[in-house]
Amino acid sequence: MNEDAQLRIISALVEHKPGVLYRISNLIRRKSFNIESIAVGPAETPGLARMTFTMFCDYGRFDQVMKNIDNLIDVRSVQPLEERNATVRELALVKFSPKAPVTRPEVMNYINAFRGNIVDMSSDTLTVEVSGDSDKINAFINLARNFGLKQVARTGAVALSREMITQAGNVKW
Amino acid sequence: MSGAQAVVEALRREGVEVVFGYPGGANMPIYDALYDFQNFQYTSLNEKGLRHVLARHEQSAAHMADGYARASGRVGVCMATSGPGATNLMTGLATAYMDSSPVVAITGQVASYMLGTDAFQETDVVGMATSVTKYTFQPLRVRDVPYSVKAALYLAAARRPQPVLVDIPKDVQQNVDEVEFPERVDFPNYQPLPDPDPTIVKTISRAVLGAERPVIMAGGGVKMANAYRELQTFAELLMAPVVTSFMGKGAFPENHPLSLGCMGMHGSERTNKLIPECDVFLVIGSRLSDRTTGKIEKFAPNIKVIHIDADKAEIGKNYRLPVVSLVADAKKALQALIREVEAGMMGRQRDTWVKRAQEVVALARTEFDGNGTYLSGVETIKMLRRFLPPKTIVTTEVGQHQMWCEQHFQVIEPRTFFSSGGLGTMGFGFPAALGAKVAKPDRPVFDIAGDGSFMMTENSLATSIEEQIPVTVVILNNRMLGMVAQWQRHFYNRRYSGVNLGRSPDFVKLAESYGAEAVRVETMPELECAVNRAISSPVTTVIDVPISPEENVLPMLPPGAGLKEMIIG
Repeated sequence: MNEDAQLRIISALVEHKPGVLYRISNLIRRKSFNIESIAVGPAETPGLARMTFTMFCDYGRFDQVMKNIDNLIDVRSVQPLEERNATVRELALVKFSPKAPVTRPEVMNYINAFRGNIVDMSSDTLTVEVSGDSDKINAFINLARNFGLKQVARTGAVALSREMITQAGNVKW
Repeated sequence: MSGAQAVVEALRREGVEVVFGYPGGANMPIYDALYDFQNFQYTSLNEKGLRHVLARHEQSAAHMADGYARASGRVGVCMATSGPGATNLMTGLATAYMDSSPVVAITGQVASYMLGTDAFQETDVVGMATSVTKYTFQPLRVRDVPYSVKAALYLAAARRPQPVLVDIPKDVQQNVDEVEFPERVDFPNYQPLPDPDPTIVKTISRAVLGAERPVIMAGGGVKMANAYRELQTFAELLMAPVVTSFMGKGAFPENHPLSLGCMGMHGSERTNKLIPECDVFLVIGSRLSDRTTGKIEKFAPNIKVIHIDADKAEIGKNYRLPVVSLVADAKKALQALIREVEAGMMGRQRDTWVKRAQEVVALARTEFDGNGTYLSGVETIKMLRRFLPPKTIVTTEVGQHQMWCEQHFQVIEPRTFFSSGGLGTMGFGFPAALGAKVAKPDRPVFDIAGDGSFMMTENSLATSIEEQIPVTVVILNNRMLGMVAQWQRHFYNRRYSGVNLGRSPDFVKLAESYGAEAVRVETMPELECAVNRAISSPVTTVIDVPISPEENVLPMLPPGAGLKEMIIG
């Protein structure tokens, strides 16, 4: 792997039908990339789905696999995205089981700092929803280990390209 | 109409004239529908226009369809039942996939309500075929069948040709429904290739016109796009020598003054050494595989490479340095380049380079000249060229005889040389020859084989006799897996492991037991006589040519070496 290896994002608009995910993931497997994350859901047009893949690879091989994906019959369009030209978000559900000496206000402060929402609570657990870019989720989960982390479920990144707003560059919201 | 009838009707409507196949439990409804269209006299096409050729193994059925496609330029169709029938097809599909040949496979499948239950003879054929096809269909309603078949035939031939699979559950074949046959199929994501970008065409023509020592490299894509004439016109206009990959062998007449023959692992040594001398290397329809270029870093560090291919994913895949690239059909690209270059070459000469190239050509050409005194593998192949009319279609199996053909068998006419170059499938040549003969019944068709390869699909003799598809198989019989033995000789210190075929069958008796004509030849006059008899014979002929097991394919480019580092002897 070359030195320009980094986490890269592919956004693909595809036919929403059986076998499409298999074909794409099979292709990526053949090129021996490891998919870091994958997220699929219906797109704005009925019958189409948008897939977001992230993978760790160098540019040359990434460009190659993009062309191969674009060649697939069921792929309408495919776009490489990077953090600087795209909005990238991921959602995680994190379940805690805080035990002494951790206090409830401490946990709440920590959740608020990450703008997390409590979505479920039982006598000894609480589940928090947190979203943001992958670094933020990673940071949240790493800290959660100090507060009785129990389970994590992550969606993987979803991404859309940013529209150009000014000549100077993109406005970051 | 039933789904099975819809399959047959859809094939007929698309003008398919022959299917190569093998029946079984899960495709019996299709065979029942075929019954009405088969001519049991085994003569040529009947008036209903759909012939079925019964293979003796599904792999052969796929190779026959592939050979038919390569010889005719049309889509070849093969059929098999579910499970083992379909898995046997896979080697054939992978072969066609690697060599970009348009093949459609129609497989039976267990009933749709049993899919995924591990029912008898169920295999996830769609899953298995995904890596070796352009696309797969699995119609689950009768009314989807005509579309699937039409779309499969369309997609197989569109842009870069590749195989397509249609997997039809048995209940879908059996059920009866109203069906409509669509006028057209549309794939918004897979439109025909646009015309070549005029700006890039201009850039390329400027580069080749400005070049002092240009070389055109033609791959299999030129043959698949049927751009033989365009390539010749362009090369003559530009006064640029033409080299081919093994897959491109025959894309340019090898007796042409500008033909450099083949480059690569078993290409001409002199040609391989000339290539690094060029300043512009124009590649058309080749993936620049390791077998063609040798080690890529040593290939062309200072050469300007221009890459034209129908598949954008080929650009930058193997040759990763920057190139001028054009994604286009080879025929259209060459037509556009001819228009651009015509004016620019007016009155220009390229004497020095053409002269230099022709020195090389003259020397390389001697590799086609035989003395015909004794029957070695090489001499047999050289003499075959002398004995066979130029329009003879020649297929090969895989191994030493195949590489001897690359080096010593001069291909002159378009669409007369077919081999499994990408996958290197032993057993390809004989069934492919049968498919080619079905496509071109008026041509002599020869399979140049080794004894090892021939035994992979030798049972196709039964097909050739029963279906009256006369071809000739020339077996270069060294009682060895010669190519593997050669590598063991050179790279494994003569530790011959698993390569001795020992007492192979008596191929003459074997062929005769199938009803073929057969002869063993031990001298050159005997060979000539046997070849002439075979050409005019109404039945398939097997010519067994015993040769030495010690003969090597030389020169060769060791794996990982650069083009200048060939082993001579």
